[in-house]
Amino acid sequence: MEGDIAQLGQFIGAGLAAIGSGTAAIGVGHVAGNFLAGALRNPSGAASQTATLFIGIAFAEALGIFSFLVALLLMFAV
Amino acid sequence: MATEAHGAEQGGGLSFHPMDQFIVKPLFGDGPIAWYTPTNVTLWMALTILAVIALLVLSTSRRAIVPSRGQSIAEMAYGFVYKMVEDVTGKDGIKYFPYIMTLFMFIVCANFLGLLPASFTTTSHIAVTAVMGFGVFFAVTILGFIKNGTKFLGLFWVSSAPLALRPVLAIIELISYFVRPVSHSIRLAGNMMAGHAVLKVFAGFAQVTAIAPIAVLGVTAIYGLEVLVAFIQAYVFTILTCVYLRDALHPAH
Amino acid sequence: MATETQEAVGEGLADATGVAAHQAGEAAGMPQLDLSTFPNQIFWLVVSLIVIYLVLSRVALPRIGAILAERAGTITNDIAAAEDLKARAADAEAAYDKALADARSEAQRIAGEARADIQADLDAAIAQADADIAERTAESEKAIAEIRAGALEAVNTVARDTASELVAALGGTPDADAIGAAVDTRIKG
Repeated sequence: MEGDIAQLGQFIGAGLAAIGSGTAAIGVGHVAGNFLAGALRNPSGAASQTATLFIGIAFAEALGIFSFLVALLLMFAV
Repeated sequence: MATEAHGAEQGGGLSFHPMDQFIVKPLFGDGPIAWYTPTNVTLWMALTILAVIALLVLSTSRRAIVPSRGQSIAEMAYGFVYKMVEDVTGKDGIKYFPYIMTLFMFIVCANFLGLLPASFTTTSHIAVTAVMGFGVFFAVTILGFIKNGTKFLGLFWVSSAPLALRPVLAIIELISYFVRPVSHSIRLAGNMMAGHAVLKVFAGFAQVTAIAPIAVLGVTAIYGLEVLVAFIQAYVFTILTCVYLRDALHPAH
Repeated sequence: MATETQEAVGEGLADATGVAAHQAGEAAGMPQLDLSTFPNQIFWLVVSLIVIYLVLSRVALPRIGAILAERAGTITNDIAAAEDLKARAADAEAAYDKALADARSEAQRIAGEARADIQADLDAAIAQADADIAERTAESEKAIAEIRAGALEAVNTVARDTASELVAALGGTPDADAIGAAVDTRIKG
């Protein structure tokens, strides 16, 4: 397990960046949960809004993917 | 050299190579990869084309009124994308339906082919998704200016906001507009890459006998999730393309 | 980085990536960021997309659209045909009901006629029988009356003969007229 301090920093940074994926998961859950709450209040309007749901999930997830990408870049590319 | 490195690592315990599956290599022999070299990218894209042809052309060759199973799938895909374009973009978006269908069929077939064991996932490469993402971005932007002229810039000028806020909002809108192709392409590539890398990591854990059953169960579960993600990401890519197209055709907020 | 990966590619692709290469001290990095493979991927991607677009726009989409339109037309036609058949079935049912009602009324009429005929026959027979009976009764009464008249005549004759014999036996001369008058009064009385 020998290595230099830069590698240490890379791996710690990658681990920190991975936290971002978890927060994105919170965001996605928030979107889906609020959609479900709204859908149960007004089931007739739910079917027409599934496209919006997926767009919202996609936007929330994209930011998590960015942090995942940062982690990967730190791990492999820097 | 490679064997040395791998051997040294195996001596130290587990060997994970989660990113090895994404290496682009020539199909025949070694050597530098020129732009025309047939590589595993070529192979799996050709298989994607074959899958699209098998799904949409061969299955419908009988033109049956009462559809067979394959023809049902083709009709379902057609109806799914057609309805998406119509719902999101509106009636005047229908003439761009073949382009959107092309994107959808390519992505969905490439994603599912990438889930085969020992396969190569073309859509996990940023080069591939960025070409599609930026292609959509430029096509939509040029189309917006052709259709609407300078009124297309109204997309960034939120007329419903208070006047003092509008310049700030315009800058935010402008930034978010130019981030679109980046997020559009990285979302797809990142999802594919992350899923496959996680599968590979779980498979790496299976080398340890003690946790092998859990690792195999994990691989199974993640694989199921990936099947879902493969479709959802194709859907999301397509529907976002439709949304961008709607913004280009009807820029008013 | 690009030059390094270029070298790595030159040396053999297997070690161009991954943790192994990383730990071996090479900054090979992710295969996704290997810029030397980008032209290759982009070229083949564009080729694939063009091929798929041509296949879809020339063959697949028009065909599927035609199939769906044809099916929609067939379904519309079938529904129209089904409605036509349904109307015809309703007509046939109405005709059947009407025929049934006609047949029933006809049957009732025939039954009524038959009943009326039988009644008429019966009435005629009864009348005939009544007439016969009346005739016979009349004949019988007539016969009885004749017999009774014959009997009265016989009684009259016997009474006169007896009276004249009695008168003769008593020594008198029987006066036929007186005896006849006496007998008549007695018989009538």
